[in-house]
Amino acid sequence: MNWHPIGNITDIPLRGARCVKTPQGKIGVFRTAENEVFAIEDHCPHKGGPLTQGIVHGKAVTCPLHNWVISLETGKALGADEGEVRTIPLRNEDGELFIALESLMMAAE
Amino acid sequence: MTEKLVIIGNGMAPGRMLEHLLDKAPDQYQVTIFNAEPRVNYDRIMLSPVLSGEKEFEEIVIHGDGWYIKHDITLYKGHKIIAIDRTAKTVTSDHGVTESYDKLVIATGSVPFIIPVPGNDLPGVITYRDLDDVQAMLLAAQSREKAVVIGGGLLGLEAAAGLAGRGMDVTVLHVMPSLMDRQLDPAAGYLLQKELEGRGIKIICKANTKAIIGNGKVEGIELDDGRIIPATLVVMAVGIRPSVGLAKEAGLAVNRGIVVDDGMQTSDGNIWALGECAEVGGMVYGLVAPLYEMARIAASHLAGDRSPAFVHSDTPTKLKVTGIELFSLGDFTDGDDREEIVLRDASAGVYKRVVLKENRIIGTVLYGETSDGAWFNDLKKKATDISQMRETLIFGQAYQGGSPLDPMAAVAALPDDAEICGCNGVCKGKITSTITSKGLTSLDDVRAHTKASASCGSCTGLVEKLMTITLGDSYNPAAVQPMCGCTEFGHDEVRRLIKAKGLKTIPAVMQELEWKTSCGCAKCRPALNYYLVCDWPDEYADDYQSRFINERVHANIQKDGTYSVVPRMWGGVTNAGELRAIADVVDKFEIPLVKVTGGQRIDLLGIEKEDLPAVWADLGKAGFISGQAYAKGLRTVKTCVGSDWCRFGTQDSTGLGIRIEKFMWGSWTPAKLKMAVSGCPRNCAEATCKDIGVICVDSGFEIHFAGAAGLDIKGTEVLGLVKSEDEALEHIVALTQMYREQARYLERIYKWAKRIGLDEIRRQIMDDADKRKAYYDRFVFSQQFAQVDPWSERVSGKDKHEFRPMASVGFSQAAE
Ligand code: SRM
Ligand SMILES: Cc1cc2nc3c(=O)[nH]c(=O)nc-3n(C[C@H](O)[C@H](O)[C@H](O)COP(=O)(O)OP(=O)(O)OC[C@H]3O[C@@H](n4cnc5c(N)ncnc54)[C@H](O)[C@@H]3O)c2cc1C
Ligand code: SF4
Ligand code: FES
Repeated sequence: MNWHPIGNITDIPLRGARCVKTPQGKIGVFRTAENEVFAIEDHCPHKGGPLTQGIVHGKAVTCPLHNWVISLETGKALGADEGEVRTIPLRNEDGELFIALESLMMAAE
Repeated sequence: MTEKLVIIGNGMAPGRMLEHLLDKAPDQYQVTIFNAEPRVNYDRIMLSPVLSGEKEFEEIVIHGDGWYIKHDITLYKGHKIIAIDRTAKTVTSDHGVTESYDKLVIATGSVPFIIPVPGNDLPGVITYRDLDDVQAMLLAAQSREKAVVIGGGLLGLEAAAGLAGRGMDVTVLHVMPSLMDRQLDPAAGYLLQKELEGRGIKIICKANTKAIIGNGKVEGIELDDGRIIPATLVVMAVGIRPSVGLAKEAGLAVNRGIVVDDGMQTSDGNIWALGECAEVGGMVYGLVAPLYEMARIAASHLAGDRSPAFVHSDTPTKLKVTGIELFSLGDFTDGDDREEIVLRDASAGVYKRVVLKENRIIGTVLYGETSDGAWFNDLKKKATDISQMRETLIFGQAYQGGSPLDPMAAVAALPDDAEICGCNGVCKGKITSTITSKGLTSLDDVRAHTKASASCGSCTGLVEKLMTITLGDSYNPAAVQPMCGCTEFGHDEVRRLIKAKGLKTIPAVMQELEWKTSCGCAKCRPALNYYLVCDWPDEYADDYQSRFINERVHANIQKDGTYSVVPRMWGGVTNAGELRAIADVVDKFEIPLVKVTGGQRIDLLGIEKEDLPAVWADLGKAGFISGQAYAKGLRTVKTCVGSDWCRFGTQDSTGLGIRIEKFMWGSWTPAKLKMAVSGCPRNCAEATCKDIGVICVDSGFEIHFAGAAGLDIKGTEVLGLVKSEDEALEHIVALTQMYREQARYLERIYKWAKRIGLDEIRRQIMDDADKRKAYYDRFVFSQQFAQVDPWSERVSGKDKHEFRPMASVGFSQAAE
């Protein structure tokens, strides 16, 4: 697995998100109120809304376009909606964040 | 033949008696009431929520003026009866009105006890009994100075909590070693004391007041031990005495209270007494449940059915201080013939104690967790032998019979005759059967038909659970639709509590109002953020992570994730310089679409997020600021050409529109706010379908509001006509502020107005100059903090992270 540094946890606001550009598309990196960090595709399973622009609450984000709620842990839509985005492996070493891109590329193939 | 019934006193007991009487024998009596208090019948219990700001007086009125008119009852407000002539069968008031009676009811309640110490008559010493006392306390609280409450019982503590909530520095003096010693054992009293001290209330137990000191007004209290406690307000809440003077002078049998038989009849066959002034079976009462029972019995006897008789039963006590859960019932003193079961959970602040005699419950004290109160009450009332469940009794109903029940199942499992509403003595079966037989669907209906939860309200949760059990999913708790799944509170309660408890951050709201989630959701967070911005404009730090993306990046997100940018174009007026700047920006950033909006300005659509700050920088150089086309805030003020150009124009509608927009831009509102000013009734600016609109006429400016032209279409209502532009601005600003302070998040003006009532809005904005001015001033104050152009802030670097990716990775590898 190939780990890529993407920056420090403090680059992301608490209860916020930033996006990381990759050849396979955008990845959203989310930081919760409890300081946990998750990475998922920045692409809502509904109509592709940019999830990084949503409101982060608990371990979920509400999509800014039509309010689907997506779990940051599983990438699955919560509640009555059905759909799923890919979760991306993420490592947090004392605040320095890394994502595993190789698995992503493999998955994209 | 109708008889004449005269009632002395218009408190909670006779109010309830009349309801029963009108039910049973609507035409038997012609009723006249004399009330020393100059007002209608209200829920005295709820004075504490009025003091704390959780309720308005209007909300606690039981019978309004209309009720007396409807039932043809004469109510003399502010008339104190000073004499009863039993031979002539008349009563006479202090204003000289004499009325004759066939039947007389005395319901004079009680008077607060004033401890006989020097200085007890100084200005600044008050009691806690009626609305006048609450108003006196509210006035005193404005000073935010020191208050002393004498008396650590129910009333004293409610007064103390209310005053502290209003910003006073409060000390409670209690003569006994622990608080509420008549209702709580020392352990629970200790927990209560700790909780109150945690809220900043100072408490001194075993405190004997020696004197109230002051020169011309209260300055402090001197205790027996010589300590002096400074205070500008002293509330005396040490107990009550039945108000029996009048009855005594009339020669009726009087002991501690007016002596009545178990049919509420006094020693005179034509006179009844009930309420706190009555003594029945050697007891006097100070809680409404037994008084309501007296009311039922007196009504029955007056209606000719002499069979019901009053029997004593214990009433549970609760304390109406938000956030404190406390329940006490029956006898809990120690004794050789008694056993007790105690449960303590220190970390959760829970204490439970059940006192048993011969395997039957005789008393219960619950602190911190009181949901089993109704169940213990039921066991006690029925004298159930508890030996079978002794091991698990203290854990509550949910733990009886194997696995724990959820709260809903626990309520479902209560027997039909379990008492749900202690104040009104309403049992479960009565509630569920009334819901079914009358087809009730709302909490208000259930309150109206059964009285359950209609007094102190602490059983509301239980009643709602019963409604859910009875009605299933069709029950829609419309009375208090929770804001979202994170809370039980509705928007209005949350708004009120934010003010009442002085909550100034989102975490504080969530902590104090016991949010069920750790950090809310996308529904409640933006609403809370707005309420806090509106209520504390100078103190609250806007929480950007709780704003919808459009308000966070100050542009409108589009379906493809790009953004649109709408600069302000004051009143829809532009010029060559502005248009040229827009043209240049469009070329430079290759903006795919330029469109004239329905709001008289220009929309630039399809801009990449990363380009936004640069686009704004260029627009800013030409003098543009954000048009806030994304905001729950002031959007546009559309105008027509008006008297400057149009042959029909009566006033400068363009000028007024621009003036309004320049005055009000930047303000956040519950939902978007759109306005328009038309120069004459031809109304080319379409002002009559806006949130607020102005139609100029020869004689001035007709102000309109509550229109809609989106999902709903609705013409506006007229607020009123004013003469000058200045007045027009003042009225519009005041109306907007009233809306800002009262509406629920995402509720547009027309919906809010429908809820509040158009007349009420007209009354406050058109007729009440002081109110209007106060609203206006509050708006102006908050504008100091709101009128900051968000675009130029971001051009200078604010929230940089929003507009840049965190990193770009993998591209070089992909190229390899
Ligand atoms: C741009 C514009 C259409 C146009 O090209 O003319 C427009 C565009 C949108 N309108 Fe509108 N409305 C526009 C004028 C109107 C008008 C006409 C007016 O303001 O005179 C109305 C009817 C009047 C009213 O508001 O009642 C209008 C009623 C709505 C509604 C229904 C609101 C309602 O409560 O009934 C929505 C939906 C909402 O807000 O939830 C809406 C929502 C929207 C949104 C924000 C949809 C969204 O959430 O993404 C659109 C954003 C597009 C964008 O990114 O710019 N728009 N919208 C107009 C911008 C005006 C401006 O300069 O600021
Ligand atoms: C702040 C507060 C909180 C309370 N909280 C609770 C609670 O949580 N639970 C509970 O069960 N109880 C509570 N109580 C007690 C409850 O309010 C009273 O028991 C109840 O209101 C008594 O009703 P009543 O009709 O007997 O008398 P009142 O409601 O006191 O009415 C008596 C009326 O008679 C009038 N009157 C007196 N003399 C005359 C006269 N000569 N001529 C004409 N009018 C006269 C008085 O002005 C008064 O309006 C509380 C009381 C207060 C003050
Ligand atoms: S009417 Fe308004 S909300 Fe609907 S598509 Fe047009 S711009 Fe969008
Ligand atoms: S695109 Fe995310 S909810 Fe529709």
